[in-house]
Amino acid sequence: MDDTIMINKIRHGTVIDHIPVRKALMIPRILRLTEGKDTIAILVNAKSRLMDRKDIVKIENRILKDSEVNMLSLIAPGATINMIKDYKVAEKKSAVIPQRIEGLLKCPNGHCITNHDPEALTVFDLVTKSPLEMRCGYCNVSIDESEALKQVSGE
Amino acid sequence: MKNIISSTDLGRKEIEEIFSLASSIKKGKKVKAIRDKVVALAFFEPSTRTFTSFDVAAKRLGLQTTGFRSEHETSVAKEETFADTIRMLSSYADCLVIRHKFDGAAKFASQITNRPIINAGDGKREHPTQSLIDLYTVLNSFGKIDGLRYGIVGDLKYGRAVHSLLSMLTTFKPRHVHLISPRQLEMPKGFLKGLNYPYGETERLESVIGDVDVLYATRIQKERFPDEIEYNKVKESYRIDRDIVSRMKDKAIILHPLPRVTEISRDVDATEKAKYFEQAGNGVPIRMALYSKILGG
Repeated sequence: MDDTIMINKIRHGTVIDHIPVRKALMIPRILRLTEGKDTIAILVNAKSRLMDRKDIVKIENRILKDSEVNMLSLIAPGATINMIKDYKVAEKKSAVIPQRIEGLLKCPNGHCITNHDPEALTVFDLVTKSPLEMRCGYCNVSIDESEALKQVSGE
Repeated sequence: MKNIISSTDLGRKEIEEIFSLASSIKKGKKVKAIRDKVVALAFFEPSTRTFTSFDVAAKRLGLQTTGFRSEHETSVAKEETFADTIRMLSSYADCLVIRHKFDGAAKFASQITNRPIINAGDGKREHPTQSLIDLYTVLNSFGKIDGLRYGIVGDLKYGRAVHSLLSMLTTFKPRHVHLISPRQLEMPKGFLKGLNYPYGETERLESVIGDVDVLYATRIQKERFPDEIEYNKVKESYRIDRDIVSRMKDKAIILHPLPRVTEISRDVDATEKAKYFEQAGNGVPIRMALYSKILGG
């Protein structure tokens, strides 16, 4: 039986390909996609020649900014990001771990001001890429890759 | 110089300029009065020494002060946010001196307002004006800060004065720093990574006492402990008495950010090594120098 699911090509927007399996569901949260009106297609467990199985996200009418592309590096460092214009790939980008992440991660220090004032948005600066270490801009407490992933995935 | 948020914000040259101005003030040299300006002393956490010395320093310069000494005196007690309290104070005063229990509060305040912010101690890590006072006292005793052997004893886990001092020492070149604490109160490992000078950790004060030039003692702070059982286990871990003093180098000194409880015996006060009251007295000229640098331009 043919198990193919057809998802239309998008005319204009972004396709995030080669996402590790089951990580695609985290992407709307990281990129705050559901706050807009754009059509988003999320394909989980798609067949892949390179990875056996993979996830794909298609976002119509929105070209991701570099800062948004880099946020994806936390969960899908090997993903390819294709910018689509008139049904064609106009530009390819890859995710680079950002120097700074604002407003996404929560500081694990219960005494950090970011956990006590609604206006104090978190700022984490990159210390090392491998192993990943990011440091709170307010209290200097670090988080590692597993903590960052746990938070981003909402697990 | 606009804000003083962190011990690492100040370069060596700026620190030396502050010390030089403080020395002029101590010698009785007239400094330019700063009239028609108001300093808000925003102490969300209680403090006696720091509050009083910031207050006196301001008044000696002709500044006026307003503010509060605990969170209970503010609208924060009525659930006003910290950010709104800072905005309100900024509309009344020309400079805000902030003390707060949360890490990063002063830095966050500096992003809320254009008024200068002086961190009078926040969270577990920052107390930059105390560190200036500490090192200024060292300078007055030895004529230098570099090349000395330091011993920091007591609560190295929760003590903000200690963390701040060790951070400010990264701007200088201490010969060695002994970190002396019970295991439950040892320096957080993440903090140690930021130190750029030689250091060692020990639980035994006796093993290093003969090596130090500057012994910096701290109170085991009951209010920082999650529960009283943990506090009782370590509260009297160290006591600096005449016997300990007799084993120190001739010219070695003892500092303490005060208040002390039992960690320094009263009969040590009369020895030449006891510099902690002189250190507390340096709070006023150092804070006068800071106000002059920030508001006097």
